[in-house]
Amino acid sequence: MQEKPKVTVTRTRRDSAAKDFSFTANSIPAGGLKDVRAKAWDAFTKFTMPITTDEAWRRTDLRFLPASDFKIPQEGAFNDLPVVPDYLLKPLTGEQHGGQITLLPGGSRVDLDPALVSKGVIFTDIRTAERDHAELLNKIIGQVVKPEDGKFAALASALAGNGVLLYVPKNVKVETPLHSVLWGPGTDLAHFSHLIVYVDDGASVTYVHEAASPNETGHAMHAGIVEIHVGEDASLRFVELQSWGRHVWNFSHERAHVEHGGNIDWIFGAVGSRLTKNFSDLDLAGEGAQGRMSGFYFTDGTQHLDHDTQQNHLAPHTTSDLLFKGALKGKSRSVWQGMIYVAPGAQKTDGYQANRNLVLDEGARADSIPGLEILADDVRCTHGATVGKLEKEPLFYLKSRGIPQADAERLVVEGFFDPIMQRIPFEGVRERFQQAIQDKLSA
Amino acid sequence: MSQLEIKNLHVSIENKEILKGLSLTVNQGEIHAIMGPNGTGKSTLAYTLMGHPNYMVTEGEIIFKGKNLLELEPDERSRAGIFLAFQYPVAIPGVTVANFLRSALNARRRALNPEDKGLPILEFRKMLKEKMDMLKMDHAFAGRYLNDGFSGGEKKRAEILQMAALKPEIAILDETDSGLDIDALRVVSEGVNALSGPDLGVVVITHYQRLLNYIKPQFVHIMMHGRIVESGGPDLALHLEESGYDWVREKYEEVPEV
Repeated sequence: MQEKPKVTVTRTRRDSAAKDFSFTANSIPAGGLKDVRAKAWDAFTKFTMPITTDEAWRRTDLRFLPASDFKIPQEGAFNDLPVVPDYLLKPLTGEQHGGQITLLPGGSRVDLDPALVSKGVIFTDIRTAERDHAELLNKIIGQVVKPEDGKFAALASALAGNGVLLYVPKNVKVETPLHSVLWGPGTDLAHFSHLIVYVDDGASVTYVHEAASPNETGHAMHAGIVEIHVGEDASLRFVELQSWGRHVWNFSHERAHVEHGGNIDWIFGAVGSRLTKNFSDLDLAGEGAQGRMSGFYFTDGTQHLDHDTQQNHLAPHTTSDLLFKGALKGKSRSVWQGMIYVAPGAQKTDGYQANRNLVLDEGARADSIPGLEILADDVRCTHGATVGKLEKEPLFYLKSRGIPQADAERLVVEGFFDPIMQRIPFEGVRERFQQAIQDKLSA
Repeated sequence: MSQLEIKNLHVSIENKEILKGLSLTVNQGEIHAIMGPNGTGKSTLAYTLMGHPNYMVTEGEIIFKGKNLLELEPDERSRAGIFLAFQYPVAIPGVTVANFLRSALNARRRALNPEDKGLPILEFRKMLKEKMDMLKMDHAFAGRYLNDGFSGGEKKRAEILQMAALKPEIAILDETDSGLDIDALRVVSEGVNALSGPDLGVVVITHYQRLLNYIKPQFVHIMMHGRIVESGGPDLALHLEESGYDWVREKYEEVPEV
């Protein structure tokens, strides 16, 4: 009689945390920010990889982030990688750019209207700024977003070889919009970027920043910082669009600090990446400061986009107005978690936040978590969050007028996004969003 | 001449039979009224003709211009020339009346020629203004979101505006008079009358006779228990106005199922 073979099952445990990065202090770029970067590196070494028991990361899981595989692109790496497509370099606002910066893996290109140079406007890549404007840069860098804000903030702060310094001196009104493109092709690469926008008192400017890459197999990552200072009675219109490839893990820490009477109109568009975790904070620090945040996102496949927003009313008579709208397809997931904070004494503030989601497929999921923390007693704060599905009756109604199913769906989705489009003063940006809707729906 | 022929139509919704063998023929150029008490299946007929997915045809057929209408999707039925003015028009937030109508007209053009570039914008605007003038509508109406926050009268007017723009061959007006005050009723009726003629067949579905003071049908049908039980001329409607539905109920009372 043959004996039954003995089968032993051993369970293997998956590591509960992702492997950590393999960067070392040697990865820190040389240049005029040596001390700032060294401090950021110190902060970085104290952070462990975020896990889902950390409050901010509860809905975004990094266990499959192949952190240890990522390398920093060598100088000139872009020469061997796909080139930046023409459409990214076209103006999205107005007729032409007052300046344009292209940030590439291991390099950059800068172009600025000489008329703006003569007015003292600085719009350049961070390496050039380290060399030519080290004193100014050291004064303003790290004042709004600090390395201590999070692991990815510390990492980008220490290692970002790509970035932009935009400085608009007092009372200078820049009429032509400025544009920068961060192009991040390649796999197993870590792209870091640091944008510093300083609009001095009474100045005004429109700035569009796009981050993009082709879809590739494998993995890549981006960690970025956006720090914005809007001075007294200054005004900034800032548009940021991300269409990272489906293989990109994207992290960003962004904050705008707005002084007395200052104003920011901040527009976000997100359609790309494998996973995004974005922290965007609006600090209304001076009396009468105003900020509007408008977000557009559309996910499909297995994309995961997590936007964490804060509207901090730190002074009286401040106004914030946030509207984020997103559509979801396939098995994708979106998270929006927003907080309006009103500091003690910040009386007569007016805060608004709304997040609306349209879930187009059964397998997709949108989490929408509004929040209020109000420590003043004479304020007006309202919020709303909804997650809805594509209803049958509107589609039937449209079809009954001869509109085919696919076009009917597109109309309903476009209609859903219309309140966001109404907030965007740039035809080119609206067209980009419309194109994204079309592409996503037909994908 | 286009003809809509409904033969022995049986329709269920959630396994409950609502239409139980309805037959009716409507020709282009004719105006028919279908009257009947609530719950006899009038709206079911309207939705079934348009192809609403909740209504299941279990028996019978609908032939339009020699083709089996039941095999067509709602959008194909519309492009073939069928129009339904909804009793409860649906709001489409974020989509303006103009954008919507232009999409509907362009869908027709593209169905004929996939390469079509769409109706030129100036031509479209001119057409839309003419139709809005006919219905005494403010031109600002074109920029409002479709049926979103519309009053009852505005919704019905918008339905007739769509009918005017889409130029159907057979139009079904489902309780278009409901929720309208007398002024709105007159404007809507005048619109329908202006559109009717040898190219348009109209089926007016209504509970009350009053709409028929404005829109004059050649044929009047009474519906009861999912069937047309009486057909006649305009005098039949007047008879209903005087005597109500009770005599119809008595005459066609269903034998209760044991």
